[in-house]
Amino acid sequence: MPLAAMKMEVARLEKLAREMRARIIENSHKTQTPHLGSCLSCVDILVAAYFHALRLDTADPAHPDRDRFILSKGHGAAALFPVLATRGFYPESLLDTYGEDGGLFAEHPPTPKHLAGIEAATGSLGHGMPMGLGMALAGRIQKRSYNVIALVSDGECNEGSIWESAMLAASQRVERLCVVVDFNKWQATGRSREVLALDPLVDKWRAFGWSAIEADGHDMAGLVKLLTHVPDGSGKPMVVVAHTIKGKGVSFMEDDNNWHYRIPKAEEVAAAKKELGVAA
Amino acid sequence: MRNAFADEVTRLGKEDPRVVLLSGDIGNKLFDKFKENAEGRFFNCGVAEANMMSVASGMALSGLRPVVYTITPFTTTRCFEQIRVDACYHQAPVTIVGTGSGLSYAELGPTHHSLEDLAILRTLPGMTVFAPCDEVELRLGLRAALKQDGPLYMRIGKKGEPVIHKTPPSAFALGKAITLRPGREACLIAAGTVMPEVLAAADILEKSGISTRVESFHTDAARLAEVFRSTRLVGVVEEHGLLGGLGGAIAEWRAAEEGNLARMLAFGTADEFMHEVGTQEYARRKFGLTADNIAGRMLGALRRAA
Repeated sequence: MPLAAMKMEVARLEKLAREMRARIIENSHKTQTPHLGSCLSCVDILVAAYFHALRLDTADPAHPDRDRFILSKGHGAAALFPVLATRGFYPESLLDTYGEDGGLFAEHPPTPKHLAGIEAATGSLGHGMPMGLGMALAGRIQKRSYNVIALVSDGECNEGSIWESAMLAASQRVERLCVVVDFNKWQATGRSREVLALDPLVDKWRAFGWSAIEADGHDMAGLVKLLTHVPDGSGKPMVVVAHTIKGKGVSFMEDDNNWHYRIPKAEEVAAAKKELGVAA
Repeated sequence: MRNAFADEVTRLGKEDPRVVLLSGDIGNKLFDKFKENAEGRFFNCGVAEANMMSVASGMALSGLRPVVYTITPFTTTRCFEQIRVDACYHQAPVTIVGTGSGLSYAELGPTHHSLEDLAILRTLPGMTVFAPCDEVELRLGLRAALKQDGPLYMRIGKKGEPVIHKTPPSAFALGKAITLRPGREACLIAAGTVMPEVLAAADILEKSGISTRVESFHTDAARLAEVFRSTRLVGVVEEHGLLGGLGGAIAEWRAAEEGNLARMLAFGTADEFMHEVGTQEYARRKFGLTADNIAGRMLGALRRAA
């Protein structure tokens, strides 16, 4: 893509990300949905993936050659749902039923059979990435060239199954699997480096046989470049350790872990939207 | 049974390019033929069963028919949540095979016994649970498992179990019990490799003048209704704990069923770990899973009722 066109594309994606943030905050207030901080930290990654990198056909969401994206950190579902709607998997009006009795939108993603665009029902941590590895291996067996991107949280790296999966992916040299770590430095009740010994996270992945890249998880141009270069040519599975800020985009939410569970009040929603530059 | 499993999965792998075999670092050499015939479709997933189950589910959601194989506790209790969420919640067609089930590996100690697997796995929505009594049922069941669209758990034995079906059963289907012997007065229902003891118990009962029917059981409510209405006493036998397994399932059915039903006796392992060392035969004697004990308790109950 020529430089000028790429600049316009990045600006488009950044605008989308601001709009998604505003919607996520509005929805949290309206439906009393928690995990706002966790949702806001991964918005840029979701937008770069769904609106640029992934090869998808929303008219045929189960196409066997599609790229797969798995929100392994399933508690970020409230960020994923508006992204899928805006991307065209289902009408945006469907989001009005969020959290309603008998509806589809829970606090974690449902199964692919129940909502188009979802690849795996996640929510119990440490499941999505291994399932994504299975999908990537299936692609290799079936001689298809789709990629699988799995978004995990830093807290999720507490789960042993993440590291079991990392070892199998490395021994099988599954180069069409890309894990993105939403490294926002927090988990539910504390700093992720303090709860369990997470550091040095990049070195850990490298020691497990992965091609590990450190990145700014809010730099849209950088994310787009990385996610459109899967596989990365190393012959290894690829991990992007994306430095992010929990609650990113709203000054009074950033890096404040109270927003893991806190619900914004009406005036906080208005203030957030003002900061994001999104009309009321 | 292990060898029959390896042979049948190799045949199926040759016939169907969707069949993939995942093993938890066991079965060295056992799957050499599968590897030869299904290149690129065998995965030694290492000693990492949680990941193995999720990987299999991801494969199943991508159009494959994965078969997961390791020693029973490690393919069931070890990774129960992966079975629950990844296989069952997604209705992913994963075939889970537990080898050395029940007391098959008695000598290895309680870490390797599996006396809870039927109980926990049958609680999962959409899960089919199957315990073949011999290699004939194993082969037929494996074939049927790969044709269905949801998850299935199969518990099998070790090696050298006798063949029960001298000729293949005429119409095999998952969820249909197979009548091994007709009988009018009593019935023994069993699932899995304890069947030779059950047939020997039926022999003893016949010699004592009790016409005894034997059913190789795969949850079949219609057959239960027939058996509990046509006989006086039903014994349910399994190499599994008394809590929640085949006996538990049938007791649940019986409690909800109306009318005059036969009495039921349950034979299984007690609510305890077997701390002492012993062979499978020793363990069966300890828990009363022998022909003599089964027949004796059945006769006692029939006499008291007479």
